[in-house]
Amino acid sequence: MERHFQKELESLKTSLIKMGSVVEENIALSIRSVTEKNRELAQKVIESDVRIDALEIEIDNAIVDLLALQQPVASDLRFILAALKINNDLERIGDHAVNIAQAAQVLCSIPDVELLNEIPKMAEITRTMLKEAIDSFILLDPVKARAVLKTDDQIDNLNRTVIRTVIELLKSNKQTAECGLELSLISRNMERVADLATNIAEEVIFHTQARVVKHHAENRK
Amino acid sequence: MSMGHLTIETHNLNLYYTNFHALIDINLAIQEQRITALIGPSGCGKSTLVRVFNRMNDLIEGVRVTGEVLVEGSNIFSPDTDLISLREKVGMVFQRPNPFPLSVRDNLTFGLEIHQEHSNKNRTEIIEQSLKDVLLWNDLKDHLNQSALRLSLEQQQRLCIARVLAMKPQIILMDEPCSALDPIATLKIEELMQELKKNYTIVIVTHNMQQAARASDYTAFLYLGELIEFGETKHIFSAPEQKQTEDYITGRFG
Repeated sequence: MERHFQKELESLKTSLIKMGSVVEENIALSIRSVTEKNRELAQKVIESDVRIDALEIEIDNAIVDLLALQQPVASDLRFILAALKINNDLERIGDHAVNIAQAAQVLCSIPDVELLNEIPKMAEITRTMLKEAIDSFILLDPVKARAVLKTDDQIDNLNRTVIRTVIELLKSNKQTAECGLELSLISRNMERVADLATNIAEEVIFHTQARVVKHHAENRK
Repeated sequence: MSMGHLTIETHNLNLYYTNFHALIDINLAIQEQRITALIGPSGCGKSTLVRVFNRMNDLIEGVRVTGEVLVEGSNIFSPDTDLISLREKVGMVFQRPNPFPLSVRDNLTFGLEIHQEHSNKNRTEIIEQSLKDVLLWNDLKDHLNQSALRLSLEQQQRLCIARVLAMKPQIILMDEPCSALDPIATLKIEELMQELKKNYTIVIVTHNMQQAARASDYTAFLYLGELIEFGETKHIFSAPEQKQTEDYITGRFG
């Protein structure tokens, strides 16, 4: 028996996938605005964030309706709870894309900015993590989701390296404070995106396998 | 699942209606002072199972039972089982409220008269206590001679529960006790069950999955005569182990 409710769950998933693709695109653009020092790309990211905010509210409303009217249980309930959190995570990632784009705009106005080697590397890993996290949700694939969790440490290490390097450069007066601050902001924002991509992957595992893996819950047992 | 004191245990319980195999190798352990819900689609055997626990099925022609059913540790199918005392211990509430066409008072003392001797003073106490237990005392204390049939359906069902309580049972079986009641009366009976479980073990058959989720501590899912899954209700309704359970409670079949 195919219930009408099943169609509504499918449509919720479609909305989240749409939201995911807009967010993924904005992160990619914000990263390019940094690496290509492109003010216009950065502006595009900043302007399109309203779309993400509107989608977030639309999805939230749909979730409230499903919870109030359908009293979902079991995997349906876990899916809706996961969707609620993923929706929130995606909206936050959209905000980090804006932060990165704003930092890119500041960098554009500073002559002779040298990007640290770690920044493009972080950008690539972060973008991939986000893509894989969203794919794991689309495919409801816990194996893919677990792979995302494993990558997060790399980003944390790179972020620490960036901060350390910036401090060294500032101490030796090889970089202006303004530039150093923006570079560490970019690094910090990418690290947050990677964390949120990890959250999304954790929610996919919760939905598909009814297992809580966040905060290293599995290791603690 | 942590196990407290077990009130009912079945070991490889099979039940046949002549040639129809209605219950297949049921192994179930029901805990004392907890509410256990039996769910499953029509014909899955849940009513048959609950009726095994006080041997109500004995009255049906062609019934054959194998395996063991222990109530408080004694096999209720052993030849020396005293049916009268079993049914004192294991009371039953049915789908439709079925008060006797007698006064409220006589409904409550009917069982006492058949089963045992009680002084009048004792009876008065029992009437008061059982009506208090089902929260009817305030409404009915001045109307004990009124016909039970004049009560509302919800009050009738409460009275039927009080009639069971008057016998001082340990276990109360409820076979869809709310299916004839409106949603508010249903919630009130569910609240009453939460009070009763402080002193009694309750086994409830229900078609209403939300009711099982709201009201029970443990849930057993039966399908085609087999016990598919048994566990804590919160576990069954958030992350069931078996796909058939999942499909049933999410409405994908049944």
